[in-house]
Amino acid sequence: MNLTLKVWRQKNSQSEGYFETHQLTGISPDMSFLEMFDVLNEKLVEENKEPVAFDHDCREGICGMCSMYINGRPHGPLEGVTTCQLHMRSFSDGDTIVVEPWRATAFPVIKDLVVERSSFDRIIAAGGFVSVNTGNAQDANNIPIPKDDADDAFAAAACIGCGACVAACKNASAMLFVSAKVSQLALLPQGQAERTIRAEKMVAQMDEEGFGSCTNTGACSAECPKEISLENIARLNREYLGAKLSSKSV
Amino acid sequence: MAGSSRLDAKIPSGPLEKKWSQYRSTVPLVNPANKRRIEIIVIGTGLAGASAAASLAEMGYKVKAFCFQDSPRRAHSIAAQGGINAAKNYQNDGDSVYRLFYDTIKGGDYRAREANVHRLAEVSGNIIDQCVAQGVPFAREYGGLLSNRSFGGTQVQRTFYAAGQTGQQLLLGAYSALERQIGMGTITMYNRHEMMEVVIIDGKCRGIIARNLITGELERHFGHAVLIASGGYGNVFYLSTNAMGSNVTAAWKAHKKGAFFGNPCFTQIHPTCIPVSGDHQSKLTLMSESLRNDGRIWVPKKKDDNRAPGDIPEDERDYYLERRYPAFGNLVPRDIASRAAKERCDAGYGVGTSKLAVYLDYAAAIDRYGHAEANKNNVHNPSKEDIVKWGKAVVKEKYGNLFDMYKQITGEDPYEVPMRIYPAVHYTMGGLWVDYNLMTTVPGLYALGEANFSDHGANRLGASALMQGLADGYFVIPYTIGAYLSNEIRTPAIPTTHEAFVEAEKSVADRINTLLNVKGSTSPEMFHRRLGKIMWDKCGMARNRQGLESAIQEIRALRREFWNDVRVMGEAKEFNPELDKASRVADFLELGELMCIDALNREESCGGHFREEHQTEEGEALRDDEHFTFVSAWEYIKESDWGLHKEELVYENIKIAQRSYK
Ligand SMILES: Cc1cc2nc3c(=O)[nH]c(=O)nc-3n(C[C@H](O)[C@H](O)[C@H](O)COP(=O)(O)OP(=O)(O)OC[C@H]3O[C@@H](n4cnc5c(N)ncnc54)[C@H](O)[C@@H]3O)c2cc1C
Ligand code: SF4
Ligand code: FES
Repeated sequence: MNLTLKVWRQKNSQSEGYFETHQLTGISPDMSFLEMFDVLNEKLVEENKEPVAFDHDCREGICGMCSMYINGRPHGPLEGVTTCQLHMRSFSDGDTIVVEPWRATAFPVIKDLVVERSSFDRIIAAGGFVSVNTGNAQDANNIPIPKDDADDAFAAAACIGCGACVAACKNASAMLFVSAKVSQLALLPQGQAERTIRAEKMVAQMDEEGFGSCTNTGACSAECPKEISLENIARLNREYLGAKLSSKSV
Repeated sequence: MAGSSRLDAKIPSGPLEKKWSQYRSTVPLVNPANKRRIEIIVIGTGLAGASAAASLAEMGYKVKAFCFQDSPRRAHSIAAQGGINAAKNYQNDGDSVYRLFYDTIKGGDYRAREANVHRLAEVSGNIIDQCVAQGVPFAREYGGLLSNRSFGGTQVQRTFYAAGQTGQQLLLGAYSALERQIGMGTITMYNRHEMMEVVIIDGKCRGIIARNLITGELERHFGHAVLIASGGYGNVFYLSTNAMGSNVTAAWKAHKKGAFFGNPCFTQIHPTCIPVSGDHQSKLTLMSESLRNDGRIWVPKKKDDNRAPGDIPEDERDYYLERRYPAFGNLVPRDIASRAAKERCDAGYGVGTSKLAVYLDYAAAIDRYGHAEANKNNVHNPSKEDIVKWGKAVVKEKYGNLFDMYKQITGEDPYEVPMRIYPAVHYTMGGLWVDYNLMTTVPGLYALGEANFSDHGANRLGASALMQGLADGYFVIPYTIGAYLSNEIRTPAIPTTHEAFVEAEKSVADRINTLLNVKGSTSPEMFHRRLGKIMWDKCGMARNRQGLESAIQEIRALRREFWNDVRVMGEAKEFNPELDKASRVADFLELGELMCIDALNREESCGGHFREEHQTEEGEALRDDEHFTFVSAWEYIKESDWGLHKEELVYENIKIAQRSYK
C-alpha cells in the first residue's frame, strides 16, 4: 500500500505545532498502525531527521498508552479498538491519513503526538479506591457478590484510562472515565462505605483539572475502545446527586 | 552457606511450614516515629512495585515511586491475561499450601528455593482476600462466590481470574492503593522517569540517578533503601510478549554496581502466541494459557499438509500433547508444550504459510459447552446450530477478549477456524539474586517481582507471576525490610550533594553524551532486532555449545558496532524516545552475553533451559542433579568478565525426581 501521512509535529509544550506530510510506500496491510509509524520513523532516522514521538507500550490494547487522533477520530475508524490494535488493512491504497494528538486543556501536548495525562491519576488519587490497608482483609468468599453485579463492575473496570473519551468530546469532559471508576466501586459491597464521598471528591478533582462539562452527547462512549457504557454516566449523576444531597459541606 | 562466602540466602531455621510465620514474628520492627524519617525508593509500579510502595507507605515510611510510562497504571503487569494462583481450595479439589508449593517446585524443575516457594504458597490466599477487599472484580459463579480455572502443570483449579484481563484488574487494585497514598502525601510519584544508575555509599545502596523523560534532566534521589521492581528482561530477544518499553536497565545498573545476577539463562518461551507474520513485526501477542483449559492443540498427521484445517478429518489429526502426555494433556507446563510444538514444526508438520505454527482448536469446546447449555435449558433435541450458538456464547464469556484480540491481529475469526499459534519469549525466571529477605548482594538494594530470580526455578507455572509479584509487594517486603531498616534509624538523609551522587550523575551524563555523539548510521531499533535474532536462534528454545559460543562472539562484535555506528537523533535535554531506546539496547547488548555464558555453563537441561546435548531418548529435558542443583549467581567484574557464585539448593522436604507429566 502507498499512503500519504499528515502528522502533527510539535517540539514541546511551549512551541507551536504544524502538520508535516510524508509519503509511505510498500506498507503491508498486515502491519499494525503503530508498525506503520515504526516504518516512518526508521525512514526519518535514515534521512537524519527526528522521528515522530508517540506514546505506546503494550501494543495489545490494554495499557492505555497509545493515543492517536486519526482522521478526526480517537483511535481511528474501528469501534472497540485502540490505536495499537488498528491494522493497515482498515485503510486503502492511496489513502491520506491525518494523525493528531489528543486535544484537551487537561491533556497538554508534550511533544508531537504525546500528551500529558496525569490529570487522570490525580482524579483517582482523589477518591478512586477502597480505603483498605494491606493485611486487613477478610476471607474473599465471605463477601458473595451476585454474578451480574460482579460482571457489571468488571465491565466498568475495563477502562484503560486512555483519554479517548476526553478527546472525542467537544467539551473535553472526563465524565466517562470518572463514571467508570465510580460505577465499578458503587456496584460492589466493598465500595459502599465511601460511596458518597468518592463521587464528590472525584468530580471535584475532575473540575479542578479543567475538564469540560458533560452535555450528554455520547461521543465518548461511541469512541471508547473498551466500549464503556453511557449508563455509567447516568449512575455517576445519581451518585453525585445523592452525594450532594447528603453532603455535610452543602 | 555452601557455594560462596558472599551468598547467604538467610533462610530461617526451623521446619518448612513454620519458617515464615516464626521469622515474621521475630523480624525487628521500626517504630512509627522512625518510619516517618526513613525514605524508600521503589523503581517500578507493576504489581510488585505498586503493592510494595502502597504497603510501605501505609506502614508509615516515606516512599518515592518511579515508572517510565506516563502513569503508574500502565506497567506491563496490566497486560497479564489468564489469572493468578492461590491455594484457597475453594473448589474442594484437594488443593493446599503444600500442593501449590510442590507444584511450583516441580514445575520449576527443581531449581527453586524451598523456603521461598513455601512462603509464596502460604501468602497466596491473603493476596486474593486483599484484592477482593480493594474491589477487584474477579469472575464469579452464579452463587456469588469466586470462580476458578486450571492452568498448566497442575491438576487442581486454583486460578482466579477476571475474564482475560486479570493483570489489568489486579494492577488497577494495586494502583488504586498507590494513588490513595499519593493523595495522602506519603508517596511521591515520579512518572515518565527512568532509573539510570544506583548510588552506593560505604557499601550500601543510598539512592539513584533518574532521568526525567520529559525534560531530559538528570535527578538525584536519596533513599535508605532502594527496591527494584522493574520487571523482566524478555525484550532482549527483541520479539516477545512483553510491552515495548520493558527493559533490563534498572536491574542491569544494579548488577554492575554489585548485585549478583541469578540464572540469567532461564527464560520462558510461552507455547501459545500469535505467530510472526512478517519483517515489520514489532512484538508478539500472547494467547493466554487459560485457552489450553478448553482448546485442543493439534497438527496434521501428514507432513506438509496444505488442506484447510476444517478439511482435515479427525483421524488425520495428531493431538500431540494428549498423545505424549496423557495425564496432563494440553495442560502440560509451558516449557514442555513449547518444545513439543517446535519438535512438530521442525519435523515438517507445522501449519500456516510459515509452517511455524500449530492449531489451537475450540470446536470441541464449543460443542461441549453447547450441549451443557442445552441441558441447563432443558432442551433435549437441540439443533446443531443452537449448540454452536450456545457454545460460542459460553466461550465468548470466558475468553471473548482473547478471541477478539486474535481476530484483530490476524484478520481470522477463531470462533470459526482454529487459531494458529507458536511459542514466543514471554517471561524471565532469571533476575537479580536475592536472599530470603529479597535483598540483593548489595545491602539496602532489594529486588521484587519478575526482576528477581526467586521462586520459579527453571520454569514458571502459569498464573504464578502475578501471585509472586503481589506476594513480594504486599506480604513479604513490608516485613523483611525491617531486618535492614531497623539498623538504619540513625542514618540521616544523605544530601545528594555527596560526591557519590555527583559521580554517579556524571557517569550517566557521560554515557548519554557518548550515545548522542557516535552519530553513526544505524538506528537503535536495528541493533535491537539483530541482537534479538542472535538470542532467539542461539539462546532460545534449544541451545547447544557451538551455538552459544558463536553467539557470545557475535554479541561482542555487535556491541562494538553499536558503540561505533549507532545513530541517536535528538538531544539529551528533551523528550527523546530514541535516546531512551538506545540506552536500553546498550544494556541488553551486555545482558545477552551473560545469558549465553550462563547457558553455556549449565551443562544440563532443566525447565526452559534446553541444551540439546542433554536430553532423554524421548527428547525430554535431562537434568544433572549431581552437578547442577544450584543457582548460578554471576558477579560483574568488568566488561565480558563475570565470576560465578553458586547457591546450592537443598531439598529437605521434596524428593527430587525426574519431572513427569505423562
Ligand atoms: C502478555 C503477558 C501475559 C501474562 N499473563 C500472566 C498471567 O495470566 N498470570 C501470571 O501470573 N503472569 C502473567 N504474565 C507475567 C506477569 O504479567 C509479569 O511477570 C508480572 O506482571 C511482572 O510484574 P512486575 O511488577 O515484576 O513488573 P512490571 O509489571 O513489568 O512493571 C515494571 C515496572 O518497572 C518500571 N520500570 C522498568 N524499568 C524502569 C527504569 N529503568 N526506571 C524506572 N522504572 C522502570 C516500569 O515503568 C513498570 O512500572 C504475563 C506476561 C505477559 C507478557
Ligand atoms: S472510558 Fe474509554 S475512552 Fe475513556 S479513558 Fe476509559 S477506556 Fe479510554
Ligand atoms: S499501546 Fe497499550 S493500549 Fe495501545
